[in-house]
Amino acid sequence: MAGCNGDSEDSSANTEDEKTIDFMHLWPEGSSAEHNRIVNDIVKEYESENEGVNIELEILSNEQYKDKIKVLSTSDELPDVGMTWAAGYMEPYVEGDKYASLDDVVESEELKGQFVSGTTDAFSVDGTAYGLPLELNIATVFYNQAIFEEHGLEAPETNEEFQNVVQTLKENGVTPIALGNKDRWTGSLWYMYYADRIGGSDLLTSAINREESFENPALIQAAEEVQNLVDMNAFNDGHNGLSDQEVKSMFMNGQTAMYLIATWDLPNYTTNEEVPQEFRDSVGYFDFPTVDGKGEKSSYVGGPGVGLFVAENSEVKEEAKDFTKFFVQKWGEKSVTEAGVIPATKVDAESLDLPQMYVDVLDDLNNASNLTLFADVQMSPDTAEVHLNQIQALFGGEVTPEEFAKAHEEALSQEE
Amino acid sequence: MNKVMSNKWIIALYVLPALLLIGVLIFIPLILSGYYGLMEWNGIGEMEFIGLENYIAAIQDLKFWDSALHSALLAIFSTLSLVVYLAISMILASKIKGADLLRKIYLIPMLLSSVAIAQLWIKVFNPANGMLNRILMAIGFENPPAWLANPDIVLYAIFIPILWQYAGFYILIYYAALKNVPETIIEAARIDGASPLQIAYRIKLPLIKGVVKVTVVLAIVGSLKYFDLIYVMTGGGPNGASEVMASYMYKLAFSTNDFGYGSAIGFLLLIITLIVTVIVRKLTADKDEIQY
Repeated sequence: MAGCNGDSEDSSANTEDEKTIDFMHLWPEGSSAEHNRIVNDIVKEYESENEGVNIELEILSNEQYKDKIKVLSTSDELPDVGMTWAAGYMEPYVEGDKYASLDDVVESEELKGQFVSGTTDAFSVDGTAYGLPLELNIATVFYNQAIFEEHGLEAPETNEEFQNVVQTLKENGVTPIALGNKDRWTGSLWYMYYADRIGGSDLLTSAINREESFENPALIQAAEEVQNLVDMNAFNDGHNGLSDQEVKSMFMNGQTAMYLIATWDLPNYTTNEEVPQEFRDSVGYFDFPTVDGKGEKSSYVGGPGVGLFVAENSEVKEEAKDFTKFFVQKWGEKSVTEAGVIPATKVDAESLDLPQMYVDVLDDLNNASNLTLFADVQMSPDTAEVHLNQIQALFGGEVTPEEFAKAHEEALSQEE
Repeated sequence: MNKVMSNKWIIALYVLPALLLIGVLIFIPLILSGYYGLMEWNGIGEMEFIGLENYIAAIQDLKFWDSALHSALLAIFSTLSLVVYLAISMILASKIKGADLLRKIYLIPMLLSSVAIAQLWIKVFNPANGMLNRILMAIGFENPPAWLANPDIVLYAIFIPILWQYAGFYILIYYAALKNVPETIIEAARIDGASPLQIAYRIKLPLIKGVVKVTVVLAIVGSLKYFDLIYVMTGGGPNGASEVMASYMYKLAFSTNDFGYGSAIGFLLLIITLIVTVIVRKLTADKDEIQY
């Protein structure tokens, strides 16, 4: 009851010239402590600099957030500022006129030229920006150097070397790769990388855009390579039934040697004090290997993570836009030094004291020849569902590579 | 007072609040979901009326029928397990040592939230470190199955926690019903030389028949609309192997943005459940109900 009273006091304190911006985000204190704290700091700072503006926070975890946003938008009650994913995810919202155009914010004096090129594109529809990217991630293979050394292994450069690594680990009773494919996008990363290496950096995207068939031999071969790994028992047992969180702990406990994940996990291997120093010191990463001499190691799967949107029918739209501008600026500064995540705005690595692995990843990003956006984000929700289910089936050996490609082709052609 | 109570207007007035609540909270959403089922709608943008297209698509949708089959299997297993629950409560209701403690143990799953139960069983089923596989390996199985990852097994694996979750509920119902059976009748039968099994089968069971019927309907209806453990533990996967009607509906509406289609499936789920309920009630109808 005390809580209820507190709430009503807050709202009754709103006088006429006071504005309240509702802000929903998905970094709960429990699972994303650093993110959560930084958001609170930024909000406090904004409130103290802008008399008469209150920011009301609502925080939900990822899945719940997605559900609630859907329900709120159905009843036209989106928060003034909230978080969104890029491309295919946000399209229905843009088409339904739920998100406000943020062109003026992107082009504003404070933010112009600040975003890493390409990140705003993913949050644009028909050339208009509807979201402000906050994070930028690329997927790389993290590996346990201690385990590699113990078995005389080195970070592989080619698929052949990679398979040798898997074989050697297998023979010595070490589970080579941690994979939690209950989440399905985790397995998708593996497929996407093989598609990129075998078919070149544009092929998968072209197939999704319908400029190319999904039954292209290279895309089928990519599925074969995935099944090769499964047949070699490269992944932990029961990967289709385990979540990413569950297998992450296997990697962090030294039970598996490798783990393909995006750089949002960097803090665990650099700054996170709750992870034993010894483990953090032993983690290295390598770029996904080339296949039969094909593919470029500087071509990455990745893209911006979440971004901010402003609701089209917000009553405090101008204030909300101003807040997002402030938020992106501050986030760019604080997320690097305090949380160790890579923001979508440019980072001046030299002026900051950063962990070496973090600097290396930034280097990779700066020198990336290509960034392929996560397949399930590129696709419309309908097709993404087919893709994710097929990924699970592929890893479970329930479909052949040909059937896998055919299912995609059918789903994609239905959309045209 | 009697005069007041026989006034039809007064009766209507008393019934009205409940009627309104049921109308607003149950019937209007039901009608709305049927109505949304007639729309092409992603839940966000404009609705477009497409008639019965969603319903026709659903009837032709193999995935929907797969999920319906899985729901039906759950209904069958739930109904069969009622026999076990009944047997357990018969034993608990007779005077055995420790019955009091056992009753409490059976009720524990009812005290836990579904999500907690799901988390618990995810750990039990973990292929590498889970309790179940640890035990299996200890007694000599070399390659115990990955319970939640194997599409041939996952459905049955997930039934175990679901049946476990509801055991206490049904045992409690049966137990309460059995306690209502007059001791004198059982005493009389015992004097006539009836064995405990005969007493259970010929006296206790017929006397609580009404309750048994109710639980059969509850188990079937509950199974057909079952959602929570499956959603948390497997999300319907791998590749739809543990999808049930309700989780399929949820996935359509919330993951693939097909709100209209999802609503249509939801409405079909309602119709199927209603039909099954009517059939079950007809099958178990009994004119000479025993009174005591």
